Amino acid sequence: MIVTKDLTHKWFTLFAEKVIQEKEQLSEYDRIIGDGDHGMNMARGAQQLITLWQAVPPVHLSDVFKQAAMKWISGVGGASGPLYGTAFLEMAKAVGAKEELSNDELVTAVKAGFEGIKKRGKSDIGQKTMLDLWAPAVQDLEKDELTMATLQTALTKTNELKATKGRASFLGDRSINEVDPGAASSKLFFEALIEAGEFGGN
Amino acid sequence: MVTNIGIVMVSHSKDIVKGINDLIQQVAPNVSITYAGGTVNGDIGTSFETVQQAIEENTCHQLFAFYDLGSAKMNLEMAAELSEKEIEILDVSFIEGVYCTAALFEMNADLTVVISELEQLMVK
Ligand SMILES: [Mg+2]
Repeated sequence: MIVTKDLTHKWFTLFAEKVIQEKEQLSEYDRIIGDGDHGMNMARGAQQLITLWQAVPPVHLSDVFKQAAMKWISGVGGASGPLYGTAFLEMAKAVGAKEELSNDELVTAVKAGFEGIKKRGKSDIGQKTMLDLWAPAVQDLEKDELTMATLQTALTKTNELKATKGRASFLGDRSINEVDPGAASSKLFFEALIEAGEFGGN
Repeated sequence: MVTNIGIVMVSHSKDIVKGINDLIQQVAPNVSITYAGGTVNGDIGTSFETVQQAIEENTCHQLFAFYDLGSAKMNLEMAAELSEKEIEILDVSFIEGVYCTAALFEMNADLTVVISELEQLMVK
C-alpha cells in the first residue's frame, strides 16, 4: 500500500471522529480502572484537530502527524496527551520530508510511534497499555495487511492482562478483565487506518 | 543569599500545590517557586499548558521539578524537552522532596548536599 498525504489526512480525521463518537465509552472504561477522563480528554484534542483542518487542511504528509501531535500535547493533557503526542511526533520525524510512504516506510513510522510511547510511558508490552494494541498492529502491517480481527483479538487479550503501569496498576488483580482505555482508543486509531487505507480482508 | 535554582511543582489538584506552596513559603520565602495544579478549568488532572506556564514563569533558568502522579511527570517531561531551561525532574516523594529542597535552597546549601538528601527520598 502507498500512503499519501490524503490517505493520512483521512486516517487521522476518521480517528478524531471515532474518538468523539466513542467519548462516553472511553471515559467509562477509564472510570473503572483509572480516573474517568480519557474520552473527554481525547475528544478535546480530536475536536481541536478537526477544527484546525476545517480552516486549514494539512499541506505536507508530515504536517498531518505534526499537527495531530501538537493538538494532542497541548489540548489533551493527562497521560494520553503526552503518550499520543509523542507517538505522532516520532511518526512525523520518521516521515521527514517524504510525501508518500511505501508499506515498509509506513511500518517504520508506526514503529517509531510505538517506540515513542514506550519511552514516554517507560512501559513495555504485556502491561495492559496502548502498546498491547500497537504491537500486533505493527506485526500485521509488516505483512502489508491489517485486519479488524487482529485488532479485536489484541483488545481481548489486553483485557485479560493485569495492569502493571499507570493508575490502573494500583488496582492489581482487579484490573483483570477490564478494558484499558488507551488500548481501546488505540484500536480506534488502527481501525481508522484500515478504513482510510485499502487493506484486503475486512 | 539563596540559590539560583528554582522549584516547579505539578499536581493533579490545584489545592495540593496551593497547600504545599503555603507550607514551603514558611521555610523558603526567597526561593523562586512556581506551580501547576489541575486542568486549565481547575478540574482534577494535568495539562501541558499549565505546566509549560509554570516553567516559563519561574524566574530561574535552572529548575528542580516535582510531581505527584505519572501523567504529571509525562507532561513535565514534554514541557522540559520543549523548554530552553535546564530542568531536573525528581522522582522523590512529593511533599518531603519539595520541602527538603526548598529549605536547603533557601540556605544556599551545596548542590551535592541537596542531591544526597533527595536520593534518600526516591520513591518512584
Ligand atoms: Mg485518565
